[in-house]
Amino acid sequence: MPIISVRDLVVEYDGRRVLDGLSLDIQQGETMVLLGGSGSGKSTLLRHIIGLERPKSGSVSVKGTDITRCSQSEMKTVRHSIGVAFQSAALFNSLTVEDNVALPLREHTRLAPPIVDLMVWMYLAAVGLADFGKLLPQELSGGMKKRAAVARALALGPEILVLDEPSAGLDPIVAAELDDLIVLLKEVFKMTVIVVTHEMPSAFRIADRIAMLYKGAFRAVGTKEEIKASKDPRVRQFLDRIPGEGAKTQFLEEHFEKYLQSPEAN
Amino acid sequence: MATVLEGVGRRTISELDYVGSLNIQLWATLRAMGNALPVVGNRHRWKATVQQMLQIGVEALPMVSLMAICTGFILAMQGASELRRFGALHYVIDLVAVGFTRELGPLLTAIAVSGRSGSAFAAEIGTMKVTEELDSLRVMALEPIEFVLAPKYLAALVTVPCLSVISNVCGIFAGGLFMFFSTRLAPLLYLRYVLTSIELHDVIMGLIKSVVFATIIAHVGCLEGFRVLGGPDSVGRSTTSAVVKSTFLVIVADAIFTAIFYFTVKS
Repeated sequence: MPIISVRDLVVEYDGRRVLDGLSLDIQQGETMVLLGGSGSGKSTLLRHIIGLERPKSGSVSVKGTDITRCSQSEMKTVRHSIGVAFQSAALFNSLTVEDNVALPLREHTRLAPPIVDLMVWMYLAAVGLADFGKLLPQELSGGMKKRAAVARALALGPEILVLDEPSAGLDPIVAAELDDLIVLLKEVFKMTVIVVTHEMPSAFRIADRIAMLYKGAFRAVGTKEEIKASKDPRVRQFLDRIPGEGAKTQFLEEHFEKYLQSPEAN
Repeated sequence: MATVLEGVGRRTISELDYVGSLNIQLWATLRAMGNALPVVGNRHRWKATVQQMLQIGVEALPMVSLMAICTGFILAMQGASELRRFGALHYVIDLVAVGFTRELGPLLTAIAVSGRSGSAFAAEIGTMKVTEELDSLRVMALEPIEFVLAPKYLAALVTVPCLSVISNVCGIFAGGLFMFFSTRLAPLLYLRYVLTSIELHDVIMGLIKSVVFATIIAHVGCLEGFRVLGGPDSVGRSTTSAVVKSTFLVIVADAIFTAIFYFTVKS
């Protein structure tokens, strides 16, 4: 039985269809990468998987609970089994890094403060931030913020770890370090990992399976090898970095030529 | 003509939607308030409430006191300039004492708190929304209403009436100073006149108003923050909107309550 099951998911904003009848099963213990260009709907799908939004139709089941129709208490139980690290890290700026990681432990467990401190140190050490717990989020670099967000997501020992664009805005070395960290954490904590990204090297480094989204629908779902071998023109365009119509290169060239020939340019 | 009607209809629906959202938010907060209480509630929430009390109440104290002292002087001087002509200078005491306890104390406090804290609530929550911190709370199974709003509301409910009482004292003190310097009225005698002119229902009336004002300021400020859509520019707009709307609603509520008390309570 899949740990997450998305069935016929339809999402519309102001009558504009963003997700068009998506279905996807994510098995326990696998790393699923949701790949796609900007505006393809991958972050929207993620927000529905973690129950932040309700769809127009369709269902999202997490550990057998349909989170599109469940009660608040059921949703709370489901949320305890999901850890999320947002694209912007979303750390609380008024709290230190330590307090950010300790927050879910203080709120949802009855652990004694020294145990909470020990666990916080352990999670920060796991992401390489053991010496930075006393700092405020604004004193951290982009990569460190993302690591701190991962530590907070791990705090309650979730079965499912969700990462939204973990390597966005990071330099290639820090991004590669974060990829290694995700692979390591998955091996150590035996979690199901869902990662949203548009970074190809990152996707192929961490994924067990990849689901490629294009304009709110899946173009391909399969293993890394299957995706690499895909003949789908949209998948090939994405993999081979072929510019789309949106770039309008020819139009721009004509526009610049006209401008250069005009009296204004001379 | 159709366009005008459409515009009026759209605006009416939008305003009703706003009032509806305020009501829903108020009831949701009242349900979550238990967790912000001391002893019976969540200790982290109570700690947040105390921090809010310091920000809303203690930090506003110098500003509210100074505003009340200045207004007390203004009221006493303006009143005296007219009442002197009728040889009724002693009525300045009634004017300041009753005017402050029933009206000016709570109103001045509400305007000061709306400008300081209402805008801060909107900016804080709006920024949390833009930076996905509110989403982050939800995925950690923490409700923003309980985590963010309930401590602010409880703190406002406690501090705004306290600030109003302090504002009353400062305003009446300013009236006393004026009477001392203009008529050499002894402070103790002034105090006795003040105590005879104020009745218990005046004080209760003022406190009821302060509780209503605190509710308006906390909920309008927080709702404006929750309604932020987009980026930082939207946070700026919501902050301005929080001050404008809460000040407007405070004055409207003041007029309604004054009318109710005027027609129901016999002075």
